[in-house]
Amino acid sequence: MGTSSDIKLINEEGLRIDGRKSNELRPIKIEAGVLNRADGSAYIEWGGNKVLVAVYGPREAFPKHTQNPSRAVINARYNMAAFSVDERKRPGPDRRAVEISKVIGEALECAIFTEQFPRTSIDIYIEVLQADAGTRIAGLTAASVALADAGIPMRDMVVGCASGKIDGKVVLDLNKEEDNFGQADLPIAIIPRTQEIVLLQMDGNMSRDEIQEAVAMSKKAALFISNIQREALLERYKEKEVNEEGERNE
Amino acid sequence: MDIQKKIVLPGEEINLEGMKQGNGIYHENGKYYAYQMGIIQTYNGYANLIPLSGKYYPVKNDRVIGKVIDIAPSFWIMDIRGPYPGFLHINDTPWKSYGEDLNKILNMGDTVFLKVNEITESRQTWLSLKDAGLRKLEGGHIVTVQPTKVSRIIGKGGSMVNMIKESTGVKIQLGQNGVVWLDGPVDKILIVRKVLRYIEDEAHTSGLTDKVKKILEETR
Repeated sequence: MGTSSDIKLINEEGLRIDGRKSNELRPIKIEAGVLNRADGSAYIEWGGNKVLVAVYGPREAFPKHTQNPSRAVINARYNMAAFSVDERKRPGPDRRAVEISKVIGEALECAIFTEQFPRTSIDIYIEVLQADAGTRIAGLTAASVALADAGIPMRDMVVGCASGKIDGKVVLDLNKEEDNFGQADLPIAIIPRTQEIVLLQMDGNMSRDEIQEAVAMSKKAALFISNIQREALLERYKEKEVNEEGERNE
Repeated sequence: MDIQKKIVLPGEEINLEGMKQGNGIYHENGKYYAYQMGIIQTYNGYANLIPLSGKYYPVKNDRVIGKVIDIAPSFWIMDIRGPYPGFLHINDTPWKSYGEDLNKILNMGDTVFLKVNEITESRQTWLSLKDAGLRKLEGGHIVTVQPTKVSRIIGKGGSMVNMIKESTGVKIQLGQNGVVWLDGPVDKILIVRKVLRYIEDEAHTSGLTDKVKKILEETR
């Protein structure tokens, strides 16, 4: 948000600067089980975003005073690589990363059956390798795939999508330019089965009607992305059957 | 036994078809849903979800292989690859302690074949060495596999593991927690390790015993 400029984000034909329509998503690709050492992992490419997620646990929570005797604690860590943005980002957690870690952890906690694992922690490491607006939602979407890959009991797989307002119009899934020069950005995450909202933030200004329009748009897109998540997990087990046949032909 | 080969994902609705709700399934508003990624299997009138991945969750009377990670005055603390460590009390072993240090009996890093004796309400896992076949494992090699794949390695009535034993002559001790202890000539152990990895990768496919038989015949 913030910087106002003369840049036209939507042209006369109603197309955006990357040629998308107002309700069109960027291409999304998810892969599950990409890391061998972690209990579960996933990699997502969402437009220009590239995010890697690793999940460990449930394992005994350390230090001991962080343990909760009635349920598991969720430790999410969102981290941006120094090379993920144009200007080198100073490494390490900053105000923004701490906030995003917190909201992602809380969103995922809504879906996980934490009460099944008292005194443990489930650690989720979200590493943003390349950022292009919407990394918190991309990270969250990949994190649910990694959690499912780790076999952690969940009510459903959390999924999200951002929408926003550019040139006075509500559009879906902002890219970097639209995020920088638009009027509002509204990331939202839901539990697809019940459509409960588990994460909702807003940067910028929108009217009440516009928010409603944006939320409806994001929800619809999230349900679409939910299918991509599911396919990514199924693909992991389908793939091997194909490989095996390949070996036989040799 | 009717096996549906379809893989279900967390949050997917499951039609129980008159079966009772078993493991890995939760219900909400009268409907049933999976809470893990896995395959639905029906057994004894119960529909169970067999997970494709996940940690080892101890169950009473499971046979596991643990490693000593800490020693307390009257018990050992064992790593059994679950979310919690396991405890082995001196009274649950065939040895008697007359005030000497426990590390004279089992030292740090020692590997033991145990059974899960009791799981308390606060998820404390107590282990035991007092049963037939339970012992300290000396020598040999350790291979770890995913705990959810152990049942496939055992096979129906132990058919798979017995076939591997007969074919290679390697001594195999399987822990339900995914730790496998092997003893024998090194070249044979390498073959067994390769076979275990193969079973792990192909655990969700059918006709596994025949495929493994083929591999064993080829490598002989």
